[in-house]
Amino acid sequence: MCLALPAEIVSLDREKDTAIVSLGGIKKEISIALLEELAVGDFVLVHVGFALHKVSPEEADRTLAMIKESGEDPLEEFAA
Amino acid sequence: MKYVDEFRNGALARRLAAAIVREADKSRMYHIMEFCGGHTHAIFRYGVQDLMPGNVRFVHGPGCPVCVLPIGRIDNAIELAERHSATVCSYGDMMRVPASERRSLLKAKAAGADIRMVYSITDALKIAREHSDREVVFFAIGFETTTPPTAVAILQAKAEGLRNFSVFCNHVLTPAAIQHILQSPEVRALGTVAIDGFLGPSHVSSVIGSRPYEYFAEEFQRPVVIAGFEPLDVMQATLMLIRQLNEGRHEVENEYVRVVTHEGNLKAQALVAEVFELRPSFEWRGLGDVPYSALRIKDAFSEFDAEKRFQVTTRRVRDAKSCECPSILRGAKKPTDCKLFGTVCTPESPIGSCMVSSEGACAAYWSYGRFRQDAGVSGVRTHKEAAE
Repeated sequence: MCLALPAEIVSLDREKDTAIVSLGGIKKEISIALLEELAVGDFVLVHVGFALHKVSPEEADRTLAMIKESGEDPLEEFAA
Repeated sequence: MKYVDEFRNGALARRLAAAIVREADKSRMYHIMEFCGGHTHAIFRYGVQDLMPGNVRFVHGPGCPVCVLPIGRIDNAIELAERHSATVCSYGDMMRVPASERRSLLKAKAAGADIRMVYSITDALKIAREHSDREVVFFAIGFETTTPPTAVAILQAKAEGLRNFSVFCNHVLTPAAIQHILQSPEVRALGTVAIDGFLGPSHVSSVIGSRPYEYFAEEFQRPVVIAGFEPLDVMQATLMLIRQLNEGRHEVENEYVRVVTHEGNLKAQALVAEVFELRPSFEWRGLGDVPYSALRIKDAFSEFDAEKRFQVTTRRVRDAKSCECPSILRGAKKPTDCKLFGTVCTPESPIGSCMVSSEGACAAYWSYGRFRQDAGVSGVRTHKEAAE
């Protein structure tokens, strides 16, 4: 039910409020009636055929950086 | 896949696990309720519980819209198809959920009712356009994520003047349910269900934002960290909750900033407000009647309201007697505490909704955790301990 996936916008049709997105290479038509100011190349969270929200690349990077700061990999010393 | 694989990185998960072991105070327990079934499944599928020290426990909440829908409403949907000869369209999750007398949408379909599984409500609109001689009813369920698409469809049906399309509305609200759990006597007075903090819903919050949780973080003095559904998201949010609890804070923090903002999706919220209004009360499986916890269609759109169009009345139907779904949904019991679990109740022939829904806690235990000695005491080792 709550499965939603980030997909990249490949093309937009504002007349029909639809977009074609690429989901790991699979193309699909979705509704963009819930979002404004979208552009080709944006990532959106797709749920039941609708784009719910834009995915922010900057914030995604920041979150990953925050996770990396959390500490050393305890197995790193064994990997050497 | 971008924005998915990076948040499943094993090396980073080990770092986070080590940080959690380091920062969790060994002299206390941390009971963290994940509200969403999506989190429950991430925790089980990726073995997140096994990476936690013994004093950090996840308590599964009621956050699966399929699991919390009472049996009477599923009976209603079957009646719409059978008695009113409507074409009932539903999201796939609902199809096998047991209704009264061991029936389900799928069994009614097998018996000849016109019940169709759709991926999106726009598919239901399409069916209505193509079959103007049939009444098409969309069985709408879900939290704040599926509600805006339903609003869009109703507005579209009105604009097109579709006369054979209606919605059987069962949309429910997350903050009301969380508040209800915290106010339930089991949690508040008896202390049988310890909840120290919440992993906040991810996709729901993309629509409503982080703001609605501020009230009860303050009122109930419990921290909330909104977390994405990937394993690293869950672990990072858990670390953030542990830090808040260690410092005696109870704030709303947002780990899922790549999608969730403070105010959420304002356009979606405006569309929902245009089409829906609060129900004074709605029955939830496991929680009973929860005030102001669900939405109904406004009078201005009553022609698209299946409840009015077909004069739907909901009977109260008791759950199967031995099924522990109600307690499991409140976090009071674990799936393995239910004597039906894994014996007569399996995903192939489910008795309760927590087993049938792909997001139910019982389905998660069955799929990923059934053989695990439950970590009630500890029983799990961190990678660090394993390496030693």
